[in-house]
Formats: sequence, structure tokens, C-alpha cells
Amino acid sequence: MNDLLVTSLPGNLALCLTIGVLYAVGSYLILQRTLTRVVLGIGLLGHGANLLLLVSGGPAGGAPFVTLTPGEDAGIAVAETADPLPQAMALTAIVITFALTAFLLALAYRSYSLTQADEVQDDVEDRRIARAARQQDAGERERALLAELDAADPAYDGEPVPRTGRPVDPGREERP
Amino acid sequence: MNVLVPLPVVLPLVAAGASIALARFPWVQRLLSLVVLASVSVAAAVLLVHVDSEGTVAVQMGAWPAPFGISLVADRLSALLVLVSSLVTLAVLVYAVGQGIADARAETGTRMPVSVFHPVYLVLSAGVSLAFLTGDLFNLFVAFEVMLCASYVLITLTGSAAQVRAGMTYVTVSLLASVLFVTAVGLIYAATGTVNLADLALRLQETPPGLRLALGLFLLVVFGVKAAIFPLFFWLPDSYPTAPAPVTAVFAGLLTKVGVYAIIRTQTLLFPEELDGATGTVLLAIAALTMLVGILGAIPQDDLKRILSFTIVSHIGYMIFGLGLASVAGLTGAVLYTVHHIVVQTTLFLAGGLVERRMATGSLHQLSGLLHLAPFTALLFLLPALNLAGIPPFSGFVAKLALVQAGVVDGSATAYVLVAASIGTSLLTLYVMARIWGGAFWGTPSRPHADPDATDTLAVGTLQVPRLMTGVTAVVVALGVAGLVVVAGPLYGVASRAADDLVQRTPYTTAVLGQGGRLVGPGPGADSRVPAGQRASTSPGQRASTSSPSVSSAVQR
Repeated sequence: MNDLLVTSLPGNLALCLTIGVLYAVGSYLILQRTLTRVVLGIGLLGHGANLLLLVSGGPAGGAPFVTLTPGEDAGIAVAETADPLPQAMALTAIVITFALTAFLLALAYRSYSLTQADEVQDDVEDRRIARAARQQDAGERERALLAELDAADPAYDGEPVPRTGRPVDPGREERP
Repeated sequence: MNVLVPLPVVLPLVAAGASIALARFPWVQRLLSLVVLASVSVAAAVLLVHVDSEGTVAVQMGAWPAPFGISLVADRLSALLVLVSSLVTLAVLVYAVGQGIADARAETGTRMPVSVFHPVYLVLSAGVSLAFLTGDLFNLFVAFEVMLCASYVLITLTGSAAQVRAGMTYVTVSLLASVLFVTAVGLIYAATGTVNLADLALRLQETPPGLRLALGLFLLVVFGVKAAIFPLFFWLPDSYPTAPAPVTAVFAGLLTKVGVYAIIRTQTLLFPEELDGATGTVLLAIAALTMLVGILGAIPQDDLKRILSFTIVSHIGYMIFGLGLASVAGLTGAVLYTVHHIVVQTTLFLAGGLVERRMATGSLHQLSGLLHLAPFTALLFLLPALNLAGIPPFSGFVAKLALVQAGVVDGSATAYVLVAASIGTSLLTLYVMARIWGGAFWGTPSRPHADPDATDTLAVGTLQVPRLMTGVTAVVVALGVAGLVVVAGPLYGVASRAADDLVQRTPYTTAVLGQGGRLVGPGPGADSRVPAGQRASTSPGQRASTSSPSVSSAVQR
């Protein structure tokens, strides 16, 4: 079966290049922040995958159905036909891609009608934790700076200087 | 007996069709879903008993002979997972009915078209069962799509802004994984000319080792996205917490485990030599990183469901650890851990849903004193939380012990690193659970928040929880705590026999292909790390020792 792939490649070079281009453009598009581009990217990737299934079936041949007339050699008839299985698989994959692209499009539209923006929305909790981490970093830098100033101060006796008034997270309620 | 194999797939699918037609009669819909899922559970139980005593059963769909048609195969692993998953889906369905999310309220003019819940839920159940049972790589893709299509609908069920945002991430990532899956199927077909798993096991032996390794790692990436292993897990904590509690519970319990099952099945059956070598090492590294990164991600979170979502990621690492060891003992641990984790993670999310129902928030900052407000809910959370952390005598302890013992028996330096990582993760899990306990359950009782959206059918912040919701959670907690402890012995026996089948490979291939399916190559356990004399074999005399219902038999191996 390996030989089948190797011999089929030159004949389908254009098809292979098309698959490559579809994957490349699709990958580029799903990395965008615009939802419609993501939807288009998924569509292109799906097409690339379906073409790949078709190429994996070997070289093109006759219709993938064998009708034998009496006296005909079955071996020759089979050799001339295309492999039906990848075509069936590609058909299944096309239907699935089609349905899910429609669903994704509906979801993107729902997102647009809710937020008035055709953009991928930030994950709120993620942002909150990133902000908290930034604040903590800033706090540590501040403390390090103050410690340096303390060390440089000739009047400093080594006792920690009480500092208050650090901003606390306003969302946090103190519990008893 | 053969008729039982397709039943967990066909029955829910037919019922889903009927359920759509009956959308105007909510009572009939409810009854239909309950009856169907209950009968699937019974069928799965009978199937497991049969398969465990008689061996692997294969059914050829449409009576096409094996490599040409689609085969459904029930071996011990598949039957066990179908049973556990159908029991969990049944329990969560009862919970969803109790919560009111599953009810059709079209006549009251609410904007939530929840009458789709029952059909979609049944389709999800059919997809999960098909993924466990199918013996065909392309059919596995179809099973994933059936399951995922249903999950897309469930995760965006109310269409709120948060759900649409999370759903967009979830759907896009899942679709990308599906495209990669089709690509992998295309490449494998080009290399071998078959998609039947048993036939592939034979044909892949003839392909060059480099190609085989590449295909194996490609499939690992594809299923790794679904299983949420490091570094492909980022979508999970982002998308799961926004869905309603029962939906998140069933996703947490089942969907990632389907990915884990697909990884275990394909790597052991198709790429056993690689699993002993390069893939095994990669899996062990992934396992350690998944465990540690997942649990460290849980620590800074504030939302209850998000913390639990990160613990899913973390504990997937344990199953990958067992697989990476590529020994019967390791795979036994992985199977045990999968069963344990399906039950315990579902329970935790159900208990989290009870908290949310009562207080209308899952934020640890805003929750307080639930121990006084709802002592029973607190108990229902505490037991699975301790179970997840692996406190004896719960099932989490049994499963973790089996994995740690497998790692020690393996004896390599990497295995010891993994043992240390798994124990560390276990302690960190305990810390995370203690954080939830201290934040939400201790302290002075707080008032419930107002329902953020009073117009939808999802009532929260009511302080009253329907008895059905609490009751079914209690049943699942009892199942996870007492049930899995009581049946730990027989379960361990089934798991080790399932692992033995996975390593032998021949039971699977001969069941599908007949005597032509005999494999000549070594299984994944036949390497130097596990001496051949210590490996469990299928001869009846040794079978008895394999089934001895104690964890200590892992040491003997």
C-alpha cells in the first residue's frame, strides 16, 4: 500500500499542493481574533482534510462500482476502479464539517448580537488572575526598591519600617 | 449476547428521535430518557459480566466481514467503561430533571428552548458508548463527532453571553482536533489501506518504524486535545465552568475520559513497540507535566467550578502515567483510575451545583459558612473531595496505590520521578480541596446572592434545593465512596484482566478477524522492563492469580 501512495504522488502533485495551501491558510485564519475569519479558517481546514482523504485512496480510476458482465475478468475490472472507501469517508467528513460550520456561524452571530463585536472575547477569570499576578509583582518590586532605599539610608537601624496603606483587592471581603 | 453490543448506541439514538417528536410532552420525554438510560445500564452490566467470563465479543455491522465493514468490539475495558458511563449519565439525568434544566417551558414563554435537552443528552450518551465500543478508526471519528455535536448544544444551552464566549473556544478547539483526526485517518489509510483497528494492528507491523512512530504521535496529539493533557488542556478550564451544573458534571466525568480511552486503545493496540520506547517516555513526561501544571493552575482560582475544572486536567495525568509505564500493572492502574475519576469528578461537580443552586455564586470570596447553612451538602462535597485527594479507604487511594506500585515495580528513574510527581499532586489536591472547604464551608454563614437572571428556568440563590437533586447526589456519592470500596476487589480483578487483554492484543484481533488475526509481534508489556515470567498470561491457572481481589497482587507482578 506504500507503493500505492508513492506512485500516486506525481499524478496528484497539484492536489497535494492545494491541500498544503488550504491547511496553511486555514491555520492562519483560525489564529485571528475576528470570529468570521475563525469560521472561514475552520471551513478551509475541513476542505484540506477532505482532499487529503481523497488523495489517500490512491490514483484516480473509474467509478468505484464494479459491474461485471459475464466472461469479464474481475481482476482487471477491480484494478481500473477507484478505491471507494476514502470517497465514502470524505463524504461523511464533508457532511460533518458542513453541519458544524453552520453551527459555528450561528454561534458567531449570537456572539455578535450579544456583544456587538465580531471578536473572540476575553476569559474574565483569566484576566482577573493575570491582573492579580501583575499587582503582586508590582508590590514585590516596590518592596525591593524600598528595602534598597532603607539600606542606603545611614540613619536606618535595621528595624523594619512599618508601612501601611498598601492597596487591597477591593472585591475581597474580609471574613472574621 | 451479540445483540447487546450495539444496544448502548442504537437505543439512545432511536429514543433521541422519538424524544424530538415528543417535545410537547415533557413528562413522556423524561420517562423515555430515564427508561432508555436505565435499560442501557442494565444491558452494559450484562455485557460486562458476559465479556469478563467469556472473552471479547465482536459484532460485524451489516454482516460485512471484518476488515471491510464496521466492527463493534466489546472487550473488558470497553464493557467496563460503557457500564460506568451509562450509570453516571443516568444519575446526572435525574439530577438535571430535579434542577429543572431538563424541562420544556415553552408554554410559559421563557426564551430557553430546553425541550432539546433530552434528545441531545441521549445523543451524547450514544456517542460516548459508540466511542468505547467501535473497532474502526473512522467510526471512532464519527463517534467523537456525534458526542461533540451534542456537547456543543449542551454547553451553549441557554445562549447567555458567558456561554457563547466559552462555547466559541470549545467548539473551535474541538473542530480543530476533528480536522487533525481526519488528517490522521487519511495518512493512516494511505500507509496501510485499512481503518479497522484489528486489521491496522496487523498491517502497521509491516510499515517502517519511523512512519509508525509519527502516526502514533499524531494520534496522541489528536486524542490529547480531547483528553486535555499538557499542553493541550487550556480550553477546558475556560469552557466547562460556564455550562449548567449537570452538563459540566457529565462533561467532566465522561468527555475527557473518552479521549483517554482512545489514547489507551490506539497506543496499546496499534503502536505497542513505540509505547515501550519513545512514545512511552513522551507519555511519562506529559503525565508529570499534566499532573503538576493542572493542580498548580487550580490553586489561584476563585470560582468553585474553575478549581474543579483544573483538577480534571491534573488527574488526567494519572491515567497517562499508567499508560506510559506500558506494563500490565500500569495499565491496571490506569483503568482503575479512569473508573474512579469518572465517578468522583462527576460527584464533585454535582455537589458544586448544589452549592450554586443554594447561593447563586461559586466564588470562594463570596461563599462562607455553608457548613451551618447546609450540613448535608457539605458532607456530600467533603467525601468526594477526600476521595479525589486519595485518602484511604476511598477508591482514589486504591487507584493511586495501584499506580504508585506499578511505578515502583517498573523501577526506572523516570518511573520514580512520576511516582514522586503523583504523590506531590495528591498532596496539592488535598490543599486545593482544603482551600475550598475553608473558603466556602467554614466561617460565618453568608446570605445567598440574587438570581442573576430571574427570567430563565434555571433558578439559583433559592436556599431551597429540590430533594431530587440532593438525593441523586447522595446516591452517586454513596456509589463512589462505599460502592467502589466494596467492589474494589472485583473491580481490580476486571481492571487487571482488561489490562492483560490490552497487552496481549490477540484477544482483540482474533475476536474481530478470527484466527487470521493472530499477532506474532510482542505486546507492549513484553519488554525488558517487565520480565516475561512475571507477566500475567491467559492460561487458566494463572488467570486465577490475576483475579485475586487485592491491590497487593500488583506487587507480585
